[in-house]
Amino acid sequence: MKDTVGIVIVSHSRDIAKGTADMVRQMVGSEVKVSFCGGNPDGGLGTNVSLIIDAINDAWSSKGVAILVDLGGAETNSEMAVEMLEPERRKLVVVCNAPIVEGAVMAATEAAGGSSLEQVRAVAEELTAG
Amino acid sequence: MTLRPDTFKSLVKVAAEQVIASAPELTALDQAIGDGDHGTNMKRGFEAVLSKLDAIGSQPLAEAVKTVGRTLVMTVGGASGPLYGSFFLAAGEALSRKTLPEDLAEVFGSGVDAVSARGRSQAGEKTMLDVLVPVLETLRANAGRADLIERVRATANEAVARTAPMQATKGRASFLGPRSVGHIDPGARSSCVLLHAVCEGLEGKQ
Repeated sequence: MKDTVGIVIVSHSRDIAKGTADMVRQMVGSEVKVSFCGGNPDGGLGTNVSLIIDAINDAWSSKGVAILVDLGGAETNSEMAVEMLEPERRKLVVVCNAPIVEGAVMAATEAAGGSSLEQVRAVAEELTAG
Repeated sequence: MTLRPDTFKSLVKVAAEQVIASAPELTALDQAIGDGDHGTNMKRGFEAVLSKLDAIGSQPLAEAVKTVGRTLVMTVGGASGPLYGSFFLAAGEALSRKTLPEDLAEVFGSGVDAVSARGRSQAGEKTMLDVLVPVLETLRANAGRADLIERVRATANEAVARTAPMQATKGRASFLGPRSVGHIDPGARSSCVLLHAVCEGLEGKQ
């Protein structure tokens, strides 16, 4: 199995994160590692740095990991999670500025072709540029 | 003023208790212009900090401050976790090279810079920085003065009130545009609560 960029989905809602991951798996298949998390440490709406770190490690690939987020706190907490990774992993993780569902599907499609982390991010972020 | 680890422990306890007590007010403010979770998020974070009070009291000061930061990062569950967490992580890092009280403004400034970087925000955008930045200026301008604590408290109060007429350009409140005007910023308010608690704790030690 060739190594492909991993995809992490971080939403305030675990249901949205899971539903997005389900869509990615159905549309892109299983050659790309996809992990997801959502909810605050009590399980309510919000995000959780520790779960984000776990999700990044679950989707880990030597080519790196692209994170897709929904709203503000998901982005801030994802950036914090990246900084708390081991130093050599930090530079191989990006938080994409893209809509969560479309961004995740586009990023995973690009990743499946063996693209680099920067290419995967660029394809996801084209959605915002338009 | 000296700040030994046991003094810091008692400050953390007062600060955590006051944040927890202010949770309903913070939530009400956040319901007006945000997503209504600031009170419950801060309460969860500071309850976790309280549960680590013994560890915090047994660590060297710089490490204890970082423990508060790491705990907030891991437990708050909203953007305020990384924001307050980064403040304490950076202040703790600065404390490992600086001494108190001489370098208080510098240590506080390291925390403020970290919040600004984490939130990619500046003062004037209706956020906690609208309290933290004026307080930093007060600390710089009044280092060593006998009435420093009183000045910090007054600065924080005035700064919170000044967030009401501001229009939010950062955070969830920015979604409201002009409708964010007329409400105090919840993050500015929680910063004020924390600063008041620290002032009160330090006065009790004098």
